[in-house]
Amino acid sequence: MMLLPMLSEAWQAMGANRLRTFLTMLGMIIGVGAVIMMLAIGQGVRHQVESSIASMGSNLFIILSGSTTSGGARMGSGALPTLTVADAAAIEELPGVSAIAPSAPGTAQIVYGSNNWSTQVIGTTPSYLEVRDWGVVSGAPFTDSDVRSATRVALLGQTVVQNLFGQEDPTGKTIRIKNSPYLVLGVLAPKGQSLDGRDQDDTVLVPVTTAQRKLFGTQFAGAVRFMMAQAESAAVMPSVEKAMGDLLRQRHHIREGEDDDFTIRNLTALMNTAATTAQVLSLMLGAIASISLVVGGIGIMNIMLVSVTERTREIGIRMAIGARGRDVLLQFLLEAIMISVIGCLIGVLLGVGGALLVTKLTGMDVIVTPSSIVMAFCVAAAVGIFFGWYPAQKASRLKPIDALRYQ
Amino acid sequence: MSSDAVIHIEKLYKEYVTDAGPVPVLYGLDVSVTPGEFVAIMGPSGSGKSTFMNILGCLDVATGGTYLLNGRDVNAQSRDELAHLRNEVIGFVFQGFNLLPRANLVDNVALPLIYRGVPRDERVARANDMLGKVGLGQYGRSLPNQISGGQQQRVAIARALVNSPKLILADEPTGNLDTHTSQEIMTLFSELNRRDGITIVLVTHEPDIAAYAQRLVRLSDGRIVYDGPVEHAAPQHLEATS
Repeated sequence: MMLLPMLSEAWQAMGANRLRTFLTMLGMIIGVGAVIMMLAIGQGVRHQVESSIASMGSNLFIILSGSTTSGGARMGSGALPTLTVADAAAIEELPGVSAIAPSAPGTAQIVYGSNNWSTQVIGTTPSYLEVRDWGVVSGAPFTDSDVRSATRVALLGQTVVQNLFGQEDPTGKTIRIKNSPYLVLGVLAPKGQSLDGRDQDDTVLVPVTTAQRKLFGTQFAGAVRFMMAQAESAAVMPSVEKAMGDLLRQRHHIREGEDDDFTIRNLTALMNTAATTAQVLSLMLGAIASISLVVGGIGIMNIMLVSVTERTREIGIRMAIGARGRDVLLQFLLEAIMISVIGCLIGVLLGVGGALLVTKLTGMDVIVTPSSIVMAFCVAAAVGIFFGWYPAQKASRLKPIDALRYQ
Repeated sequence: MSSDAVIHIEKLYKEYVTDAGPVPVLYGLDVSVTPGEFVAIMGPSGSGKSTFMNILGCLDVATGGTYLLNGRDVNAQSRDELAHLRNEVIGFVFQGFNLLPRANLVDNVALPLIYRGVPRDERVARANDMLGKVGLGQYGRSLPNQISGGQQQRVAIARALVNSPKLILADEPTGNLDTHTSQEIMTLFSELNRRDGITIVLVTHEPDIAAYAQRLVRLSDGRIVYDGPVEHAAPQHLEATS
């Protein structure tokens, strides 16, 4: 039997009871729509997390000073300035460390002309840009010689530029930080939000020595609050972490059994955890939505069983005039597949529409990938075949004489 | 019994299995129908004529004996092969017409051709041709419930003829029709038999319908009690029964 007349017959059969066909389809429509939308939301979350991770830089460690015990009271990380620029220089010599940026952050009021803005000022070295995988969009970064001679120069983040300069190009202009003039060497590339929602562009970078000596001052020479270190690859991260710990304990004269006066955090591992969480979330959303797809499939099976019973006589007539078992099977299977595929089509439209609506209403990143549509389609066809098979087979196994006599 | 018979049956035995054990329905029938014959089968209710007809039509299978349809051993055929036989060799006409209610007349008549893989254009042409032959050429687009019972039976006959079968099996084809329409339908059967040489086997319980046939087979309690020309049949063999 040819496929084309079978398809048109399936179409006719669907049209014979429109309300019932539509209600059966509704299960598929809602199922597919939910899957598409949930996958889109999951993808969106994942994308957000991943771009935050990418903006952090790769294979990163953050080494914080402090975490020491003072008279029984345990101080938090960064509480004591135990790390120094010299520590950073020593760590940089370790195998597997590609760059390290000692950082002395503080908050300061910045003035340009009649505008002023309070922001985070980080005293650091040129390696900071390398470690954070951060570029300069205009002008140039400061150099090691700026660090050596503690010059008053600065790099501005995008948010700072917008608030102080508006449309004006700040490169070459002079700003005042805590009433001292600083030359703006360049503007940092936009970085966006960090994972915890902080605006990474709301920052000013100055040489670490300038921050220590001229801007914030330190308790003792060369102290920094934290350092960011980059490993050469993800594979060497565990060994690098251990080597840095050992080196710092040795340099800080910490005896066996005493607590560290610093904390090393593997940022990339933290990020990966966040990414995995996002992925699990996305999977879970998809799985929950898939349940509705299965429920839709059971609806199809139910209606097809009713349809086979109702049309037993028709099956008998068809068999009497020459339909083989497989012709009847194919006929009912095609009907089930047609219902599920058309339902799927409408579901995809609904899902994509819903995703766009969510984006519009919440501003959340919602990404509909072509692969999720293809997948929803394949699943729908599979559901049609799977749940259509049993009723169709039941129909095809009827004895012609029993089917003909059925009232 | 010639070997080129359309139907050749020897010792055909059929029993139904019920909870109370097997119940025999047909006790070893021997019948042969040669091409071009017009046979009427009569018999009271419970005589096994419906069962016999279903076996003839390959809708049901005998328990024992031999049935050669057009030279093929029906008992040895698979389900698919039986479907093929029904499609190619037999044309069915039922008491209840058995048209598909949602399909128009052309599609109804063309239905057997679909299972034969005939292309659409040829299907429609042949179906229209057959509808013309039974006098319903202008109703092709109508649905079965828009025409009369007699017309529906004509459509069913057109459907039975569309595959150019060797044999037409009619199970009380006039049972649901009034006398006048019955006569029209029987005239059509006679024409098909005489003009086109189509073999017809017809079950009826009305003597005046059986009179259109040349040969009468009378069943009683699962056995053949008369097999011969209609005009030589004893009055009790032509008795109206139902």
